[in-house]
Amino acid sequence: MSSPILKLIAQRVALGLLLLLAVSVLIFAGTQILPGDVAQSILGQSATPQALANLREELGLNDPAIVRYFRWLGGILTGDLGTALSSRQDIATAIGGRLWNTLFLAFWAAIVSVPLAILLGLLAVRYRNGWIDKTISGLALASTSLPEFFVGYLLVYFFAVKWQIFPGISTVYDGMPFLERMKAIALPATALTLVVLAHMMRMTRAAILNVMQSAYIETAELKGLSPFDIIRKHAFPNAIAPIINVVMLNLAFLIVGVVVIEVIFVYPGMGQYLVDHVAKRDVPVVQAVGLIFAAVYIGLNIIADIAAIVANPRLRHPK
Amino acid sequence: MSNELEYMSRRVAAGKLNRRDFLGRAAALGVAATFANSLLASAAKAEGPVKGGILRAGMQGGAATDSLDPASWSSQVPYFFGRQWGEQLVQISPEGEPKPALAEEWGASDDAKTWTFKIRKGVQFHNGQEMTPADVVATIERHSDEKAKSGALGLMGGIASVKANGQDVVFELKEANADLPFLLDDYHLMIQPNGGKDKPDAGIGTGPYKVTVNEAGVRLGGEKFANYWRDDRGFADQIEIIVINDATARTSALQGGQVDIINRVEPKIVNLIKRVPGVVIRNVAGRGHYVFIAHCNTAPFDNNDLRLALKYALDREEMLDKILMGYGSLGNDTPINKAYPLFTEMEQRKFDPDKAAFHYKKSGHSGPVLLRTSDVAFPGAVDAAQLYQQSAAKAGITLDVKREPGDGYWSEVWNKQPFSASYWGGRPTQDQMYSTAYYSKADWNDTRFFREDFDKMLFQARSELDPAKRKAIYADMGQIVRDEGGVITPMFNDFIDATSAKVGGWVDDGNQEMMGGYALSKCWLNA
Repeated sequence: MSSPILKLIAQRVALGLLLLLAVSVLIFAGTQILPGDVAQSILGQSATPQALANLREELGLNDPAIVRYFRWLGGILTGDLGTALSSRQDIATAIGGRLWNTLFLAFWAAIVSVPLAILLGLLAVRYRNGWIDKTISGLALASTSLPEFFVGYLLVYFFAVKWQIFPGISTVYDGMPFLERMKAIALPATALTLVVLAHMMRMTRAAILNVMQSAYIETAELKGLSPFDIIRKHAFPNAIAPIINVVMLNLAFLIVGVVVIEVIFVYPGMGQYLVDHVAKRDVPVVQAVGLIFAAVYIGLNIIADIAAIVANPRLRHPK
Repeated sequence: MSNELEYMSRRVAAGKLNRRDFLGRAAALGVAATFANSLLASAAKAEGPVKGGILRAGMQGGAATDSLDPASWSSQVPYFFGRQWGEQLVQISPEGEPKPALAEEWGASDDAKTWTFKIRKGVQFHNGQEMTPADVVATIERHSDEKAKSGALGLMGGIASVKANGQDVVFELKEANADLPFLLDDYHLMIQPNGGKDKPDAGIGTGPYKVTVNEAGVRLGGEKFANYWRDDRGFADQIEIIVINDATARTSALQGGQVDIINRVEPKIVNLIKRVPGVVIRNVAGRGHYVFIAHCNTAPFDNNDLRLALKYALDREEMLDKILMGYGSLGNDTPINKAYPLFTEMEQRKFDPDKAAFHYKKSGHSGPVLLRTSDVAFPGAVDAAQLYQQSAAKAGITLDVKREPGDGYWSEVWNKQPFSASYWGGRPTQDQMYSTAYYSKADWNDTRFFREDFDKMLFQARSELDPAKRKAIYADMGQIVRDEGGVITPMFNDFIDATSAKVGGWVDDGNQEMMGGYALSKCWLNA
C-alpha cells in the first residue's frame, strides 16, 4: 500500500482520537450540570450536613471542575474507570459482563441483518421497479416505520404469549448453555434486525442504482453479461463505500442505541446499566459508559472511513 | 361408597380427575350434588402445600445498583429478596399483628421503656453458625451506627441501649414506646451473623432460602435451606426473582409462563388481565396513599382556609375511578386508613365546590396556585393533577399544573417546593406514619406541619399501653391532620399483583405488595 493512503488513514485515526477527547469534555461537562448533588444522592434524604461535607471531601467534589476532569481522564488513560459510587464496585469489572452481553446481541443481530440487507438490496436492484423490488422495499420500510418498542411487543405477543415458541424475557447469565442463550436472544435480535434492515437495504439499493447509470455498466451489458453478474462484478464493488458507511452506522446503533429493546426484553446489557446509574446519580459510571459508547461510535465510523478510502481505486492506485 | 367418593375427591384436588367426572361419578353412586360439592371443597382445602419445583417472580423495582446489605435497601426487589433469605425478631402477620419470628416472645415494663425479647434457640444461619442473642445485639448496633447509613437509622434513634442477657435481649428506650415490636419488623433489621459487621452484603441470614444467585438488577435466586427452623414456609426447592421493570414485559412473562408471580399490575389493564386464562389477579387494600402536599408554613398555603379550599375542591371519587379504575379506596386528608390498627372512622370529606369557594374567598388569596407534578410522583400523577385542575376550576380556583422531569423529582421538588404531588408507602402503625412525616422534627415532614400540641399527643400515644386510650388519642390526631394539616389525600391504592393459577397458598396481606413480601416463602406451585 502506498503512502498517501497511509497518510489519509493516519489522519482519520488522529481526527477520531481528537473527537473522542472532545466528547470526553462534553460528557464530563454534561454530568456536571445534571440536577442534584452527587453526595446528596448517595446519602439520601436523611444526610446530615457533616456527613455531606465528609463525603464531598472524600469524593474530591470540592476541587475545581478542571482538576477533576484531568484526574478522571488520567485514570481512564491508565485503564482505571474508577469505582461506582452506589455499590463501591470496580466499574471496569462491572461493565465487562454487560458490555459482553451487548456485543453478543449486537453481533448476532448484525450477522443476520447485514447479509440479509445487502442481499435484499441486490435483489431489489436486479428486479428494480418490479413487484419483487416493491415488496422488499415496502416490507422493509414498514418494519422501520414502526417504532422499535411496538415491533418488540408484537414479537412478544405472538412468539412468547400466543405460540410460546421463544421466551419473552431474555435474561441471560454467566454459564448459560449456548443454545439456551441463543433461544433467549432470538426475539430481541429479530426486533433489532427488523429495525436496522430497511436503512441498510435501501442504501444498498440506492448506491448500486447510482452506479448503474455509469457508462461501464452499459459496456458490461453490451458484452452480454447476465444482469446479476453485472451487479455483482461491476456495480457492487463500486458502490461498496456508501454501503459500508451505512452498515457501520447501523452496527453502532446496535451497540449504543438499544436501550428500549433491552428494557422490553429485559436484556442485561449496557443500556439498562447506564439508565440504572443515571437514576442513582452515579456519575463515574455514567461517564465511563458514555465514553465507551462514544468510542464505539467513533471507532466504527473511522472503520467506515478507512474502508471507503481503501475501496477507492483512485487512492489505491495513485498515478 | 363414601370411601370411594373421598378417594375421588382427593384425586380431583390433586388435579388427576376433573370436577365434572367426579360429580358424574358421585351421581352414579346416588349422592346429592350439594354433598358432593362440599366434599370437593373440603378436599381442596385439605390439599396442603406442594413441595418442590422452582417458584419464580417477575418484579419491578430492581436496578444494577442494588446490594445485599439490608442497611442499603430502599427499593422493592432487594427488600423482597431479603424477606426470603433473612428474618427479623418480629414479623407482622397479614392481620397486622406482630408475631414471633426470631424472638419467641416478649414483654414490656409498665412504663414501656424496657423491653425484653426471648431469642429463639436452635436457629441456624446459612453458614451453619447458630443464631445467638449476641448476633441480634450486633445487628441492632450496626443499624444504629451512622456509618452504616442504614435506612432504619431513624427508627433506632429511640433506643438507648441493647444488651444480651442469657437467652434474652433487653432494649432500653429513651422514651416510652408501646410499638417497639412493630419497629423491629422493619425490613432492614434482618438478623445477620455478628450483625453483618464483618461483611454486610454477604447475604447470610436465617430465612428459608439461601442466596445462590445475586446479579443485581437482573436475576436473584435462592435454594431451600435444609436446616430451616419452621415448616410452614419455604415449599419450593428453589426461588428466582427476575427484574422486569417494564410493565408490559412483566405481564407477558406471566402469560408466557416464564414467571409465576408478578408485582404492580397497572390498574388500567387489570380488567384485561382478568380475562386471560390461567392468570389470577391478587389485589389487596394497603396503607400506601397518593397525596398532594402543601407546606403549612409557606405562603399562600400557610392559610388554613386556603388549604381547606383546596381539600374541598378535590373530587376524590372521580380520581379513584379514573386514575385507579376503582382499585383503591377514598382518602380523607389523613395518611391513616382502616388498614391501620387503632383506626377510628371519620366523616368522609367530599367534593364540595361551594364550601371550597367559601373558604377560598375567606382566605383572601387571589391568582393561580402552582401545583407541581411528575410521572414519578405516583402512577397517573400528571393526569390526576389535571383532574384536580378541572374540579378546582368548578370552585373558581385556578390551579396551574407544572409537569416536572421525573429525574431529580425526589431531590429537587418533593419536600422542597410548597405544593406538589407525591406518594407515601404507609407504615405498620399510626405512630410510625406520624413520626415519619408529621412530627415537627421529622426530616420527611413534607407538609411542614409544625404543631407542638400534635407532637405532644404523638408522644403520649406512643407511651400508652392501654389500647383504648391510644385509640382515642389517635382519633384526635387524625382529626387535626384532616382539618388543619397540609396533606390532601385523594386515595389509598390497592396493591395489585398477579399470579398464575398454579400458585397455591396465597393469602391477602395488606402490609406490602407480594403478600407482605412473603409470596415466595409462603406460596407453592400446584402440580
